[in-house]
Amino acid sequence: MVEAPKTYKDLPSTPITFFTTEDNKTGTWRTIRPVIDKEKCTRCYICWKFCPDLSIEVEKEGDYPNVDYDHCKGCGICANECPSNAITMEKEMEK
Amino acid sequence: MVNIPKFTIPKEEYVCKGHSACPGCGTPLALRYTLKALGKRTVLNIPAGCGGVILGVWPSYALKVPVVDNAFECTAAVADGIRAGFDVLGVEDAYVVGWAGDGGTVDIGLQALSAAVDRNANIIYIMLDNEAYMNTGIQKSGCTPIGAWTTTTPVADEKGWNTSPKKRIMEMLVANGIVYGATVNVAFPEDFIARLREAKDIKGTKFIHVLAPCTPGWRIDPKKSIEVARLATQTGIFPLYKVENGRYSLTKEIKNRKPVREYLMLQGRFRHLKEEAINQIQKIVDEEYARLLKKIKDTNE
Repeated sequence: MVEAPKTYKDLPSTPITFFTTEDNKTGTWRTIRPVIDKEKCTRCYICWKFCPDLSIEVEKEGDYPNVDYDHCKGCGICANECPSNAITMEKEMEK
Repeated sequence: MVNIPKFTIPKEEYVCKGHSACPGCGTPLALRYTLKALGKRTVLNIPAGCGGVILGVWPSYALKVPVVDNAFECTAAVADGIRAGFDVLGVEDAYVVGWAGDGGTVDIGLQALSAAVDRNANIIYIMLDNEAYMNTGIQKSGCTPIGAWTTTTPVADEKGWNTSPKKRIMEMLVANGIVYGATVNVAFPEDFIARLREAKDIKGTKFIHVLAPCTPGWRIDPKKSIEVARLATQTGIFPLYKVENGRYSLTKEIKNRKPVREYLMLQGRFRHLKEEAINQIQKIVDEEYARLLKKIKDTNE
């Protein structure tokens, strides 16, 4: 990771971005978290396809999806779209 | 034989995690699918709007392709300028994409887009339609549908909400002489990617109209955003079709159209509508759909 500028002297002469937003831990926005039941999962990858935060990760074809809880904002699209109801949304505080 | 599960859309990602879109937003999905279809040799140019904000605050940035930030009214002009620069440098394998919202296209950026179509600039213009100026706080745009609540068309009395129909941007551009135009929906990613792949190698201006739900602006539950977007197509409010050199054709056949009530009642912005108003909207949607089918019939004879 590139160091964030401390004073104005550290700023580049042109406003060009130099690192990605992956350091933003948007997972802290979440109040409910998706949990995947791998016994019910049919690996259709619909959750992966519709995740706006790219937080459903699939290594390669044939693998089960995993949730990246550092970036998942807890919108619940995956649980709503899952045709086999393999994803449930659980309250954060209970964990 | 073991049936290995397959991806139905490309695996490569060109959008990074941690972007600042609201939970359940349709815009990052549209960006994801666009870049999956076009690949990394793509330059985006984005005017003011959610598209410019979602990508993050300087110095961090959420895309793996270059973006040019430009003024609100000149998306198509800047895209054409980048294309002209590439042509001088001899860069032929890169795609130039103008990515504007509905306000930045049908209201503010219309003259630049019209001029680009007139010059037949070799660009892909993507209009991300969330049906109001969502980034500044849900003000009515030219794309806001009849009956919708916005902060500038508040529901004070019977005549309070938006009463003007959505601008027919596709018809305007077809009359302008565009070579390729298509409507796509984030709820149908395979169709989305197929349309962009079809468009990318055509020479001339390509126009893609994307419907992307906005959870705070449409007053919907974040988890319902894809469901609502899908219903927009299934009810015939947002039919998916394409226009190639003036010839219309449907890209998603809908056999039994659902009643518009299902789509309207999921959204808080339509919650004030009474029975009579819903029937009226149903009638308008039926007429518009019949008009589209007639155009398909007429242009394919």
